[in-house]
Amino acid sequence: MNPIQHHFIGQCTCLSLSPASTVLPASAPVPVPVSGAPSHSSPAPSPADKPAKSRAEQKAERRARQEADRASKQQSCSSSSKTKAPPSELNPVVKRLPEHVQVDDPAVVKRLAKKLERQQIPLRSDYGYKVSLFSHLHQYSRKAPLTQQLSIPSTVIHPSIVRLGLQYSQGIVVGSNARSVALLHAFKQVIRDYTTPPNEELARDLVNKLKPYISFLNQCRPLSASMGNAIKYIKKEISNIPSHFKEEEAKTKLQTCIDRYINENVVLAAKAISKYAIEKINLTSVILSDRTWKKFRVIVVDSRPRLEGREALRRLVQRGISCTYVLISALSYILPEVSKVFLGAHALLANGYVMSRVGTSQIALVARTFNVPVLVCCETYKFCERVQTDSFVSNELDDPDDLMVTRKGKTQLENWHDVSSLGLLNLVYDVTPPDFVDLVITDLGMIPCTSVPVVLRVKNLEQ
Amino acid sequence: MQQPSKMNEEELVEYFRTQMRTDPDMASAVAAIRTLLEFLRRDKGETILGLRESLKWATDCLTEVDSSVAVSSGGELFLRFISLTSLEHQDLSRCKKVMEERGELFLEKISLSRTKVAKLCHTFIKDGAKILTHSSSRVVLRVLEKAAAEKKRFTVYVTESQPDTAGKQMADALRRINVPVTVVLDAAVGYVLEKVDLVIVGAEGVVESGGIINKIGTYQMAVCSKAHNKPFYVVAESFKFVRLYPLNQQDVPDRFKYKADTLRTVSDLSDEHPMIDYTPPSLITLLFTDLGVLTPSAVSDELIKLYL
Repeated sequence: MNPIQHHFIGQCTCLSLSPASTVLPASAPVPVPVSGAPSHSSPAPSPADKPAKSRAEQKAERRARQEADRASKQQSCSSSSKTKAPPSELNPVVKRLPEHVQVDDPAVVKRLAKKLERQQIPLRSDYGYKVSLFSHLHQYSRKAPLTQQLSIPSTVIHPSIVRLGLQYSQGIVVGSNARSVALLHAFKQVIRDYTTPPNEELARDLVNKLKPYISFLNQCRPLSASMGNAIKYIKKEISNIPSHFKEEEAKTKLQTCIDRYINENVVLAAKAISKYAIEKINLTSVILSDRTWKKFRVIVVDSRPRLEGREALRRLVQRGISCTYVLISALSYILPEVSKVFLGAHALLANGYVMSRVGTSQIALVARTFNVPVLVCCETYKFCERVQTDSFVSNELDDPDDLMVTRKGKTQLENWHDVSSLGLLNLVYDVTPPDFVDLVITDLGMIPCTSVPVVLRVKNLEQ
Repeated sequence: MQQPSKMNEEELVEYFRTQMRTDPDMASAVAAIRTLLEFLRRDKGETILGLRESLKWATDCLTEVDSSVAVSSGGELFLRFISLTSLEHQDLSRCKKVMEERGELFLEKISLSRTKVAKLCHTFIKDGAKILTHSSSRVVLRVLEKAAAEKKRFTVYVTESQPDTAGKQMADALRRINVPVTVVLDAAVGYVLEKVDLVIVGAEGVVESGGIINKIGTYQMAVCSKAHNKPFYVVAESFKFVRLYPLNQQDVPDRFKYKADTLRTVSDLSDEHPMIDYTPPSLITLLFTDLGVLTPSAVSDELIKLYL
């Protein structure tokens, strides 16, 4: 939505990674650990895929049998998995940790299915063969959006949320900032249309109304860290509404809160970050005689299948900046010419690791070997308390069909479902260790990567 | 009795120079802060904002006299420390009084900082240790004096540190306290490192990343120590923490790299030799400050506490 506007001045060649670039907040959401997963051994395939699914169905059935065996074995050993859920719900003092996504664990899957049934939200089924290392994650197809399984009119979910969910799952709204802002706008609409039922308190009822929406959006596409933080903020604001507030008063207050959150954390933060980032771009030998900034060049690195760098390229060229466009495979070829690398981030984790679009850690690694400084630009509202050291545990699998390329009317991978040993892996995120990152530019200033927990602490104190 | 008039630029510079002359052991930043405190006492401003503006102007004047990093960082920290109080008093003179008291408190704290650093660091010097240090640093001297006072036996290698051969002064000071010392060439650092147990250097400034800015030749020494796996310790007072974040040598602003008169007189700086260099945090083992013994990543934490 709001790109971070940078006005580059100076004599350096900046390398900008396309998707998570500083120009665009294009990085996609982080899959915040979600309780459970849809049962990937579902016998009924999604309606749109019936004809092509015979092989997949067989595989699913085979896997279902394996799961059933494993489940029976588990049950005979211990029945503790079932009893774990109730105590935490009974005891309000204990902070419930979000469960990790575990699609291959039938107990977790069952729990999620039950929860969604309670909230009257359809369960989205997985699609296609999943690479075994990532079999614990969801893999959805864009051809089967969740909205097809909803009844019309949907009484449970507000129409703006349905629309938002569709925009997420079809990839119309992408990028961490864009998704959070869209979410907050949708919530504003929800609040506007909300009326407190009799004998209910707004503060508590509204929070409960939001829960099924969040589950629905999570099914459409796993929530990102920034969305998670935004939701936490809204829930806190709602529950802090004093009981003597009339409904109209409360609603206006919430609307202003949301507007202020967006303004502070997205719009103004972008301006602050660009102010700091400009200092890092070498200002010597600025040649202004003929209004051209000669010694300045941006190299935009792009990667398939999303090719988000093209948008960044377009915006830079529009401003008259001389740019070069390469694919990530040409990285080591151009890096000797680069003086600084600018990357964007989807989220910054509490142990200093940077979660960003897949390919980012590759660029940071190669830049380190060439001794080129790596700078990450990230707003503080994307900092999250999670800790992750690898890209396997928590990630997102995008539609594998995106990897198919049609050239001259021929698609090589058209029948990849028929090849039993072939899996298509379309990863969305990866995680970069802090040793490869020299500097993080936030709206609070320039900090080293290891100071993320300090900022989190400061922010918690402010709240 | 007539109140002393507001200080103008010459008086400011003269006061600063006098402070440096009367106590050669005092850090330039401490002298600068003393000057700023005196300036505050004599200031005739009518508003708090005006006061802050004139203090900033005074700091800029002093940086033109002595371009070291510590002066500018000390000045900024002084300003922050005194204005951190809630200045709710309606009466301006009351506010000024509070600011002056806080300024004196600040000055007192930092005068004790060198002793605190020495107390923390001398325990890391074991009996029979061979220490390598760079150029002349008063903090390192204080640490070594304390270690000698604790009856530890150690030998010191000091680099000559061209172009001003400040290492020789350090060697003289050490000889006076009967510490065996050898002056080595700057180029002999790699040669001598295999004999050495630890490296201790001072710092002119400690930057946000946890790296340091110090006399030229420090970076070389740090790289060699890393290659030889010898611990590289830095001793610095907390008022040297500065809100800079250089990514490499080029990123350090020119106003710190060269002496003040060089900046004034010379137009093309590419012929001049820089007086300082930047050592990145990955090469530093520990930093000894009056805030405690810190790892380079903890420096940012402390800086956030100091500045935010």
